[in-house]
Amino acid sequence: MKRIFADLHLRVTFRDQQLTQRLISKAARLGYSQVAIPLSPKSSPDELTKLRKTCQDLGVDFVSRVDFYPKSEADLTRFLRKFRRLFEVVCVLCDNKEVARQAAKDRRVDLLNFSSLDHRKRFFDRAEAELACGCLAALEIDIKPLLILEGPPRVRLLMSLRREASVAREFGIPLIISSGVSEERLMRSPKDEASLAYLFGLDESAALESVSEAPFEIVKRNREKLSSRFVAPGITVVKEGKRL
Amino acid sequence: MDAVWGSVTRLYGEVGASQAGLSLIDFDVERGVAVVKVSLASLNMVRACLAAVTCASGRETVLRVLSVSGTLKALFSNVR
Repeated sequence: MKRIFADLHLRVTFRDQQLTQRLISKAARLGYSQVAIPLSPKSSPDELTKLRKTCQDLGVDFVSRVDFYPKSEADLTRFLRKFRRLFEVVCVLCDNKEVARQAAKDRRVDLLNFSSLDHRKRFFDRAEAELACGCLAALEIDIKPLLILEGPPRVRLLMSLRREASVAREFGIPLIISSGVSEERLMRSPKDEASLAYLFGLDESAALESVSEAPFEIVKRNREKLSSRFVAPGITVVKEGKRL
Repeated sequence: MDAVWGSVTRLYGEVGASQAGLSLIDFDVERGVAVVKVSLASLNMVRACLAAVTCASGRETVLRVLSVSGTLKALFSNVR
């Protein structure tokens, strides 16, 4: 069976319509069938419709995603309560330990992203993984820093990523490899992204799964949940009976 | 080829680069397609290094792997 690929983190600036179109069209050319674009929680329905239309015209499935940088546990809970049902994918950018732990144990969070290059601010350790494995969160790794960094910073990043990937595998937490780019020149084909994962110890099949089955699974699960026919996990409305 | 060597050396060091068995077989300037020979054991390593190339001869560059094959005959038929 032919694999289909997804990039769950294509950073698009809404101000530049042409660039947005070019990025989405390049993603389609590179072989992605699904693209998630992070939106602001305050983005208008108009923007969403426009993006959906652009993606549809270019033959790519559009996934709405929201990134959140909570400052505290309470901030995260408040945000999830308010916005969870408005977006198909929710990613939490963990900047402190308290937030990272809360995000890992909250079933409403889809992706945990540790964007900091400082290894002391990357909280994906065994304790975090243990919390995440009881829930639904996956670990997202952006490829962009691997392309733009050089020398010792890249070495340190690779060390952190190798450790995190190994912990995730040990606890059975899905790994999602995304581009995280906002420029055309940094976009890579799904197979090239997967081969970059070799640098931090993923084998070929695990890396390919991280750009295909794993992201698709998250989107499928959330679309089911957001559909009006969803009642509870495993229960959906198949047919409505007549009202008496 | 310098960009590829540079990327392999930066990511895997000189010892790693020496084990890759890299050599240029063919380069079509018009189409921008190169055929590179690499040892099978280092294939994943070289693929990662090719994807990490962002610049060649001072110009922004992206390298993509079009096909991988054990024989040149099959490779040329895949690429054409």
